[in-house]
Amino acid sequence: MLQIDLWKRILIALTCALGIWLALPNAFYAPVEQHNDAVAEIELSGSTAELEAQKALWPEWMPSSLVNLGLDLRGGAHLLAEVKVEDVYANRMEAQWPEVRDALRSLTPVRRQQSPADELRVRLNDETKMAEAMEIVRANARPVQTLTGAGATDIDVRGEDGVIIITLSEAEKQATNERTMQQSLEIIRRRIDEVGTREPTIQRQGADRILIQVPGIGSAAELKAIIGTTAQLSFNPVVSRGSDGNANPGIGNKVIPSVDEPGAFYVVESAPVVTGDQLVDAQPAYDSNGRPAVNFRFDTSGARKFGDYTAANIGAPFAIVLDDEVISAPTIQSHIPGGSGIITGNFTLEESTNLAILLRAGALPAGLDFLEERTVGPELGQDSIDAGKVATVVAFVAVLFFMFVSYGLFGVFANIALMINVAMIFGLLSLVGATLTLPGIAGIVLTVGMAVDANVLIFERIREELKTAKGPARAISLGYEKALSAIIDANITTLITAVILFAIGSGPVRGFAITLGFGIITSVFTAIFVTRLMVVIWFERARPKTIEV
Amino acid sequence: MRLRLFNEAPNFDFFKRWKIWLGISALMMVVAFASFLIQGLNYGIDFRGGTTIRSESPLAVDIAEYRGAIDALELGDISITEVFDPSFRDDQNVAMIRIQAQDGQEAVTTDVIDAIEGALKEVRPNIKFTSVESVGPKVSGELIQTAVIAVALAIGAVLIYIWLRFEWQFAAGAVLALVHDVILTIGIFSELQIRFDLAIIAALLTIVGYSLNDTVVVFDRVRENLRKYKKRDLKEVLNLSINETMARTFMTSFTTLIALIALFVLGGDVIRGFVFAMIWGVIVGTYSSIFVASAILLYLGVKRDWSKPDANAGNQYANIDA
Repeated sequence: MLQIDLWKRILIALTCALGIWLALPNAFYAPVEQHNDAVAEIELSGSTAELEAQKALWPEWMPSSLVNLGLDLRGGAHLLAEVKVEDVYANRMEAQWPEVRDALRSLTPVRRQQSPADELRVRLNDETKMAEAMEIVRANARPVQTLTGAGATDIDVRGEDGVIIITLSEAEKQATNERTMQQSLEIIRRRIDEVGTREPTIQRQGADRILIQVPGIGSAAELKAIIGTTAQLSFNPVVSRGSDGNANPGIGNKVIPSVDEPGAFYVVESAPVVTGDQLVDAQPAYDSNGRPAVNFRFDTSGARKFGDYTAANIGAPFAIVLDDEVISAPTIQSHIPGGSGIITGNFTLEESTNLAILLRAGALPAGLDFLEERTVGPELGQDSIDAGKVATVVAFVAVLFFMFVSYGLFGVFANIALMINVAMIFGLLSLVGATLTLPGIAGIVLTVGMAVDANVLIFERIREELKTAKGPARAISLGYEKALSAIIDANITTLITAVILFAIGSGPVRGFAITLGFGIITSVFTAIFVTRLMVVIWFERARPKTIEV
Repeated sequence: MRLRLFNEAPNFDFFKRWKIWLGISALMMVVAFASFLIQGLNYGIDFRGGTTIRSESPLAVDIAEYRGAIDALELGDISITEVFDPSFRDDQNVAMIRIQAQDGQEAVTTDVIDAIEGALKEVRPNIKFTSVESVGPKVSGELIQTAVIAVALAIGAVLIYIWLRFEWQFAAGAVLALVHDVILTIGIFSELQIRFDLAIIAALLTIVGYSLNDTVVVFDRVRENLRKYKKRDLKEVLNLSINETMARTFMTSFTTLIALIALFVLGGDVIRGFVFAMIWGVIVGTYSSIFVASAILLYLGVKRDWSKPDANAGNQYANIDA
């Protein structure tokens, strides 16, 4: 009964070796990390002697995947943001208005009416032409560009007492939301890349949320300064300047506050002359008085519009608007051809640098609400790693000792298996690129405690079988056989909870679920294959007449 | 010479007063639940929204002084606690400041955090903020929901698994034991007012897994012995099975406990609550697999006729290890 085929032996040994091999880089964390960074850097921007030296810190033929350290261990910031997708509807309606006005011009004069932000209401001077007008507006509608929304058009048009009401259709809203999310993800990614931190996680969660995790950043506030600003830049004609924020701006205009002059408000035309979308570059600079400012350059169409407008409006003020606040409102001194200019205001150097980054990376299509933010300082992370290490080592040694005094030689077998077990957990974690969190360390410690369970079940069973005096070979074989169902049942139930935790949990909890789940798989493997192999090999060599377990 | 708890298989009579034990367990559940209802849990910000700031300063923490600085900001309910841990250095004085979610705000506001940090810097110029966490009320509501779903799903999944592998009486016993463990754990968190956050839910689910592990090992032996001793009384078989698995139960609980205690003492204050929940769970889980799960099994009785296939025993797993 105590036989294991040669191919099975080789397979078991190879599996263990592979686990240890994959886990190995984690024992040399710092050099391997430098090696990986250097490799990535060389790929990106070419080789230098310094980078090659860093790359040589770890041999090329060794595995180089590491267990990622979670934010609670490495320090960094975590943000959960909700994208206000409805923001975009209003912009879309704003853009509809000139189109509708121009389309209906030949039919009848029209006026725009007050409406909720996601609606456009247009009154016809000649109400009898309602049907015709609606026909024209409908003809303006474009097909929705999605697979699911095939056949639908982007706007719904209905008429009410001589007023045409235009809203986005449901299919278009869906498509718009999807686009807004994609753009937001892209812009956030670009902005974080501009700052140049390592391994940020930027993930979409659910319909309208984005999870952002950036290791190594000092605080969530810093991160929010970069991604929380919409950075929608526009140049709008100024209608008037006043001190009443609630003044009636008139239709097609809006009242917005000034950043630098408290209590001052500008009435500007809602439709901008040029927007930040048309920027091709922005750089921090200094104005003629040596104060921080931002230089910008428009693309060809932006440059033309900007040039035409400045040529036609010399002497008139225009407003540089960032996220619905007027940064400055200079008077146009001369025609500005070429499409480059400078934004001045009361900036600090840091603010102007940030603004340049934001303008370069592009504007977010919609605002963000932050639902959750967590910052862990690197010191606390390091403290947690240190404490976790000490606790793991102590727990490990205690369990090893206890197993040895309880089961003697068999305890040694179990202990070797336990060490292989922990190595395999790290190997698996590295292989899938999992993240190790503080609860994850607790998961490993718990696994160390529980991993011996399968062995204990087997050894206790062997002891029992020995009492009925069937001879050692038979007792060992029966012990493994009969303990199996308890081991499988007990571990599958724990595995079920680990899977549920993984599916539902997030962040640190998920990290815990992963280590717990891997721990269960490796501990069952080591107990029913590895220790068994060791026991069998020992038994074949020693051929003992009696055994003590 | 081996270290051995029992040289011979022990022969305790666990079911002499099983009804009393079942009564005690029920009573403890009632007490725990009452504590939960009356006193309530000390929810962390994960579940009720708000902000926690962990501050570290080389100078001693003076809670009154800190409070004075922050109270001026009028932010509502604020709690400040000093944290002690053997692993702290001498110049490491840690305090946790917790601010409730501000009324009518769905999202997290940076202003509040900035204001508090600024106020504390006035009092302790070289104070550091080693961790700042904020959860808006919108997310915390969802987190409670998912936590409850997670625990319910885990218990449900286990119920089905044991039902398939054993009989419904076993499943009922195991699940009642789980409910017992979960309620007692919530009870002790409510009684001692230990902070209850997302990590504790992970601990609760681990307890569910661990306690079950224990129960399943006993039940597995019960199933085996029921087949072996067809004529013996159920009570006797249960007793025998528990005694036979006693050595293993102690070994495993003991190794797990020493590992957890190492973590509790040395693992730092950040995960202490989490580890406490698990230690408690191991103790309660070991108790409940004998005095709740097995006692329920005794109360419900088991159909002994394993040989004839019928609706209950006829599933594909029932005889897998025969």
